[in-house]
Amino acid sequence: MASFSTTATVEDPRVSLGDGGILPPTRGGGGDDSGPGLPDYATRLRRARLGLLVALTPVLMLFVSFTSAYIVRQGLPTLDPRTNTLVRDWIPVTLPRLLLINTGVLILSSVFIELARRQIKDQAALRPITARPRISAGDQMRIPWLSMTLVLGLAFLLGQWTAWRQLAANGFYVATTPSSSFVYLLTGTHAIHLMGGVLALFVAGIASHLRRSAATRSIVVDLTAWYWHFMAALWIYILCLLKFAS
Amino acid sequence: MATHEFAAQESHAHAAPQGFVRKWVFSLDHKVIGLQYYFLALAAVFVGMFLSLLMRIHLIWPTLALPLLGDIKPETYLTLVTMHGTIMVFFVLTTAPQGGFGNYFLPIQIGAPDMAFPVLNMLSFWTTLLGFIVMIAAFFVAGGAPLHGWTGYAPLSAIQSTGPGEGLGADLWIISIAIFCIGALMGALNFITTTLDMRAKGMTMMRLPLTVWAWFVTAILGLLAFGVLLSAGILLLMDRNLGTSFFVPLVTINGQLTGHKGGSPLLWQHLFWFFGHPEVYIAILPAMGMCSQLLSVFSRKPIFGYKAMVYAILGIGFLGFMVWGHHMFMSGMSPYTAFAFSIMTMGIGVPSAIKTFNWLGTLMRGRIRFTSPMLFAIGFVSLFVSGGISGPFLAQPVLDIQLHDTYFVPAHFHLIMGVASIFGIFAATYYWFPKMFGRMMNESMARWHFWFSFIGTYAIFMPMHYLGMAGMPRRYSQLTEVTYLHGLIPLQKFITYAAFVTIAGQLIFLVNLFWSMFKGKQASDNPWEATTLEWTTATPPPHDNFGGHTPVVHNGPYEYSVPGAPRDYVMQSDPEIGPAH
Repeated sequence: MASFSTTATVEDPRVSLGDGGILPPTRGGGGDDSGPGLPDYATRLRRARLGLLVALTPVLMLFVSFTSAYIVRQGLPTLDPRTNTLVRDWIPVTLPRLLLINTGVLILSSVFIELARRQIKDQAALRPITARPRISAGDQMRIPWLSMTLVLGLAFLLGQWTAWRQLAANGFYVATTPSSSFVYLLTGTHAIHLMGGVLALFVAGIASHLRRSAATRSIVVDLTAWYWHFMAALWIYILCLLKFAS
Repeated sequence: MATHEFAAQESHAHAAPQGFVRKWVFSLDHKVIGLQYYFLALAAVFVGMFLSLLMRIHLIWPTLALPLLGDIKPETYLTLVTMHGTIMVFFVLTTAPQGGFGNYFLPIQIGAPDMAFPVLNMLSFWTTLLGFIVMIAAFFVAGGAPLHGWTGYAPLSAIQSTGPGEGLGADLWIISIAIFCIGALMGALNFITTTLDMRAKGMTMMRLPLTVWAWFVTAILGLLAFGVLLSAGILLLMDRNLGTSFFVPLVTINGQLTGHKGGSPLLWQHLFWFFGHPEVYIAILPAMGMCSQLLSVFSRKPIFGYKAMVYAILGIGFLGFMVWGHHMFMSGMSPYTAFAFSIMTMGIGVPSAIKTFNWLGTLMRGRIRFTSPMLFAIGFVSLFVSGGISGPFLAQPVLDIQLHDTYFVPAHFHLIMGVASIFGIFAATYYWFPKMFGRMMNESMARWHFWFSFIGTYAIFMPMHYLGMAGMPRRYSQLTEVTYLHGLIPLQKFITYAAFVTIAGQLIFLVNLFWSMFKGKQASDNPWEATTLEWTTATPPPHDNFGGHTPVVHNGPYEYSVPGAPRDYVMQSDPEIGPAH
């Protein structure tokens, strides 16, 4: 098993465990062997991951409350003024099949960004070695997983837009029925969040051009990857909610 | 002079800014951002107070035309109620204790050079400021500001034609709150990450000052609550502008169908109060933490039951999410559900009582120094008890149905959530002013300010309990027109006069604040002889808080009157004292 040195930095591959990368955060500050003095890269990564975890909580709460509203609204009757009786106005929306293709695209993009994350982590760890003359990291390092993720992310968003057009063509607009309101609400809110991920991918992509350090780029990609996985899982949840809970 | 142990400091994320704009406007320094939040809240509180003054004037002289404003119509009165409540809750009670003092002192108290994400910290302030500007803009658009109350109950808030102010003004109100939520979430992210990940060596969780515990738990509450309010705001905007029916049932306005159907106004109430009740604790928890700190410092005693205080903060935070239904007893809720919410609400009394008794236990046999921060901290305890004691009345559905729409409720929540929290802010201001500005505030003016505020507050809000028990409704704009309320008008007049005097007393604070910044007596690094880390560093603290070092913590935060110690306090970074302490 590889050793872990608290004095290592991203420029020093001793920090890498080979299979697991940088050690995950196991404790906060305050202990007798933590706090100031930790390696800069490891500290930054741990802190950034913790920040991301905290940041995802309100996103989760947002969708939890939408789900709550979805379930409550689904069960509510409304008064029909013509017959003066209570009727149900929840007309289930037939979801476009395109959403399934979009789901596949998003899952594939999640795989790609995971490969990109591992690739950039390895690149960062090997940087002190590959920087030497006549030493190559191998061909597998050249696959542009990040760009491919970006393309698939944009394809997903385009696919969602097309699905909305199909819904509209079938007569389901935002205010047509409460169920269509929720379809647009949930997919739209998810798309806006995914755009944040796309933006982060752009940032990661141009980080090298902006002469950001390998460590910074690695952290940006690491965070974006976890965020992207969360968005993929969230999308599957939304699709299941719309498909099976209506 | 004690020797403090220091460790090599984690490299500071950003260098000290040089220009005015980078140093004071778009600053990344948590201390400057804390001051920005504080002064934003200060501006907001005077706007909110002015609106309340107009309300009080209108209540006793309803036909009086005011200079520049003219007649106050009933709908204008409701606008004043709405904007007063919204500004006070969001931009004062949520902003000053957490965004202001939390930003300034949390990193220093845990021995960190800054917040975990300084850029995000800056953005959170500017987002909050933008939210405030959008909120104020609602006054100046066609139709004016909304009149649906700070709780924004649908369908009144969900249909644009329900009244003046419910057009663009209401949209701006919702957008402002949504912006505020985003800013608050960014702030909460920073508070939690900083507390968990940036504590100095030796600063274990059980050595954190209670202020830090309070800010930390408040941030968690915000993280869970503001996302829900944001979701409710999005649904409300869609109902208002896209024709959806999440909250609007089939209703007519002036005999015309609105086009909405099937929505549930109660859904809005559930979502709103799931945020709204934790919001009460978001406002009061930091004040609890700050006053716990001060009671220990100025009693020269360790806080009574430190661990119990920590668990009580956690308990209050947890139970705060379980009781939102007690705001909805009037909504036709099932008695069984109401019973569950009632029991849970009563349950919050347990950790609240633990805190109260521990505060009293701290004061007991203390060598109390009646400084101005201490007066306000004791005032806080008094208001917390006075306001809290009426909570169990309202927690019972049978009594709440009688009292809910009367002045009893404003009396209750103003004492416990509003003024108690404000007293916490005042206490913290007088306490930390020397550290923030390097000068002492004028003590005589501070005492005058305390007595004006303390007596004035009780003079305003205690009679409101009687008005409520006598059945005076709380949202009427012209009480003089209602015959059966005539006998209570003198009490309303008394409240308005008390409000005049109390607000005048706040001008003393304002003068003292700005005068002392420039003319106050020079402060030493530790004028109160306190123990926490902010008092180990220079006054005001340098850009990186500890001048290139990070303190190493050996002791708890409340080591006062330690037997055998050379002086009556042992600072957190002093050499370790015995395990008995």
